[in-house]
Amino acid sequence: MAIAEDRRRLTTRLTVLRVSAAVAFGMLAGGFWFFQVVQFAQFKEMAENNHQRTLTLRAPRGIIYDRTGKLLVENRNSFNISIVREHTKDLDRTIRLVATVTGLEEKVVREIVDRHRREPSYRPIVVVQDATLAQVAAVTARRLDFELPDVLVQEVPTRQYPDQDMAAHLIGYVGEASEDQMQADGVTTGSIVGQFGVERVYNKLLMGEDGAKRVVVNSMGREIRTLEEVPPVQGRRVQLTINYAMQKAAEDSLRNYGYNGSAVILEPKTGEVLTLTSLPAFDPNAFATGIDRATWNSLNNDKLRPLQNRAIQGRYSPGSTFKIVVATAALEEGVITPSHQVFCPGGGTFYGRFFQCLGKHGYMDLAHAIEKSCNTYFYTVGNMLGVDKMYKWSERLGLALKSGIDLPNEGESIVPSTEWKQKRYNERWYPGETVSVAIGQGQLSVTPMSMAVMMATVANGGTRVVPHLVKAQDEGSGWVPVPPPASPFVPFVMKPETITAVRDGLWMVVNGAGTGKRAMIAGRDVAGKTGTAQVISLQGKERARGRTEQDLRDHGWFVFMAPKDNPEIAGVVFAEHGEHGSSAAQVARHIIETYFAQRDGLPLPVLVPPAPVVAPAAPSRVAAAATTAGGGTQ
Amino acid sequence: MFERRLSHHVDWVLIGAVLAICAVGLAMIFSTTGGAGKVYWTQVYALGLGLIGMAVAASIDYRSLADKSHWLYLAIVVLLVAVLFFGAVRGGSRRWLELGFFNLQPSEFAKATLALMLAKMLGEERRSALTNNDLFIAAALTAVPFLIIARQPDLGTAVTLLPILFVVAYAAGMPMKYIYAGLVVAVLAAPVAYKFGLQDYQRERISTFLDPAQDPKGAGYQQIQARITVGSGGVTGKGFMEGTQGQLRFLPVAHNDFIFSVLAEEQGLVGVLAALGLYLFVILRALDAARLAKDRLGAYLVLGVLSSFTFQVLYNITMSAGLAPVKGLTLPLMSYGGSSMIATLVGFGLILNVRMRRFSN
Repeated sequence: MAIAEDRRRLTTRLTVLRVSAAVAFGMLAGGFWFFQVVQFAQFKEMAENNHQRTLTLRAPRGIIYDRTGKLLVENRNSFNISIVREHTKDLDRTIRLVATVTGLEEKVVREIVDRHRREPSYRPIVVVQDATLAQVAAVTARRLDFELPDVLVQEVPTRQYPDQDMAAHLIGYVGEASEDQMQADGVTTGSIVGQFGVERVYNKLLMGEDGAKRVVVNSMGREIRTLEEVPPVQGRRVQLTINYAMQKAAEDSLRNYGYNGSAVILEPKTGEVLTLTSLPAFDPNAFATGIDRATWNSLNNDKLRPLQNRAIQGRYSPGSTFKIVVATAALEEGVITPSHQVFCPGGGTFYGRFFQCLGKHGYMDLAHAIEKSCNTYFYTVGNMLGVDKMYKWSERLGLALKSGIDLPNEGESIVPSTEWKQKRYNERWYPGETVSVAIGQGQLSVTPMSMAVMMATVANGGTRVVPHLVKAQDEGSGWVPVPPPASPFVPFVMKPETITAVRDGLWMVVNGAGTGKRAMIAGRDVAGKTGTAQVISLQGKERARGRTEQDLRDHGWFVFMAPKDNPEIAGVVFAEHGEHGSSAAQVARHIIETYFAQRDGLPLPVLVPPAPVVAPAAPSRVAAAATTAGGGTQ
Repeated sequence: MFERRLSHHVDWVLIGAVLAICAVGLAMIFSTTGGAGKVYWTQVYALGLGLIGMAVAASIDYRSLADKSHWLYLAIVVLLVAVLFFGAVRGGSRRWLELGFFNLQPSEFAKATLALMLAKMLGEERRSALTNNDLFIAAALTAVPFLIIARQPDLGTAVTLLPILFVVAYAAGMPMKYIYAGLVVAVLAAPVAYKFGLQDYQRERISTFLDPAQDPKGAGYQQIQARITVGSGGVTGKGFMEGTQGQLRFLPVAHNDFIFSVLAEEQGLVGVLAALGLYLFVILRALDAARLAKDRLGAYLVLGVLSSFTFQVLYNITMSAGLAPVKGLTLPLMSYGGSSMIATLVGFGLILNVRMRRFSN
């Protein structure tokens, strides 16, 4: 009995085992079917994410030239050392190792990594920009040991400014895109975009398109091979309106005579900016590879404010240069004719107050009044005009408000008017103030750029242009001129006698008995006007005495055009603490000489360092009145 | 011993299927280790040795072997104890005896030996019904090597001994009530064992299995990568040596524990079904040997050997797909590993042995 029953039971249980095995295998097959067929797409993507990494190939930015084809900004190759966290198992260890190997402080590396912590882990975090060859060698050597597999060394094009701080404010600098810029420029984090100057304004042109390289990496994050490569497209070449020789001459000349300040020179017919400088400047190369905190702080805390673009952001009192506006306004408004004479006994009394002139000029017509910078003449004419007419012509000539140049953060030049005063101070205008304004005193504050525009408008005989910086761009098929921006200003034509009278007066300032003699160049017919911008009022000076080392010397202006009868250049030199306009004229001379020498193919002029001055007798200030800040504005 | 007429009854079909699986395994080892290197040739030698072992195991009448089984059992226990004292430490556990030319892993041979021992004990013709006493002795015989291997520690291999006990006891007529009771106890004991019976790392493996995302770079890593490896293979696979997961080492020990994942990646569902089919065929064919066996001893011996094999195959493949906690269990016949290969083939030698002697006295 037992045997047969045993046998039957064994057979039954064997069948159970057989069926169980088949069912188990069937379920396994079902599991594989689910993963490999149903969820295939999802797992395929995960596998690709695992082993494929897309590296950004940074596009070199466009090269920048000056109007004569001289190279201003180029690119060089530098090395970035980054951490890719994608396959990192121990980020702390990686940070420690990178810091040790590159000789950086661990804290610094950690800070950088923390700043980018929320970004996707496949994106490299650049820890060292512009690494030294020693750092690169140290890292690559370690990589071979598999010790730093999540550290990436990439060669990237980096901005290079061969002339260092020359035209720094105009050209600007580049840096890592901020959150706002990422939106505006449509770039991803870590991208390098223009931050200042032309680099910023024309970022879209200059930026190019980053390429990408898809590579296969193994589980250690090491590159095995390249799958696909989209090469980067370099940014467009851009030609600026800047004239390298003149730009350099301006900066050299200011430095030669020991001034900070600014120079802006335009081509009056087109509005092309030939020179735009601001001193002291900074070296944009320091920004190209990520500026270090110490340099940034020292630039920011410098009392001389090297980051400020004085040409468009510095605002100063125009002083006597404003007499050009008053003269033009008076003639155009028909208040006077060029031959209108005023007697100067050394000043004049208006509204019961005496306003002083720096000389006793006797009878003067307009041209001579400009030549001698006679205050009495302009007190009188300005008083006849009224402040609102003076404002109207300031705006027409381009001295008031903004020039509209293609640079960011331009300051607005202020010329007062009754409306302005009402708005600003909620006070009515006193006629006595008009008299001060007529010689450029009072609440005027203008940028060197607006001075240059004013001179260009006068040189054009009425057409006000918009200064601009880009002459041509290259989309790959040669230079294509960039049309100048359409002028939004209503064109007007100055009367011929206005033009003649003003130009004659300005010519005599330089070539006659005026204050601009230092800018005289034989045969070049330079016409110009000096001005002195008071830094601090007399009372202020009293207060400041003895308790500050701040330089309280006045600023010097020189506005000019040349040649007088068909001006090719017009502009301004602003010599900070130059004391007098003639110091600015001295600076301008070298720039103007350079222009003509280059135009005529002559050797460029060479600067002669000024002889050490032995305690010059400071021109004693002549106070106009005890109450207002009148005074010497030659 | 080896009678000439027995050769007519050798199951060449089973041998062919086993060799086919070995060939697939060799190809995958070739692929994952980047060509015919040291690992590949070691496996080829092991295969050769294994075939000799299989021939030897098939030649000696299993009844004679069963008569000596207590000596074999004793020998293996001594070897296992020796491993505890003299074994080479690798990856935190002692599993190997270094014999100079070869590293022997005695725990692999414990399976066939235990199968022989239990078959002999429960299958002797003179016994009638299975008694509780029999079951107790069988459990004790299993417990000794189980505990020693678990001490190495190699819980994975130790666990492969349990199916031998259960299946042989089941075939020998263990009452169903014990089976149900055993299931109930297992369910109730699981949480207790989890809490008190496991090491921290073992608990971690189980908890990350249930939620691999909680530690995607640590313990959950292998499991996630296993699924990606399998899933990204699709229907037709990425091609021989073209798998990115295995080739680029996202999946660790690809030539060993995760060889089936790589097969799935490179050969796709088609390759998976072919391999699963081969394994199922081998198992069913071997079960046939149990059905045809001349005596209970033979049937139990086949079932004992086969149960451990089947359990390991199913567990490993489930793990390869990321569907079971990662455990250092190899895939018999395919994974790299000399002792495993030889021991498995010796096991199949015993199965052949039983089948070819089904008519003899």
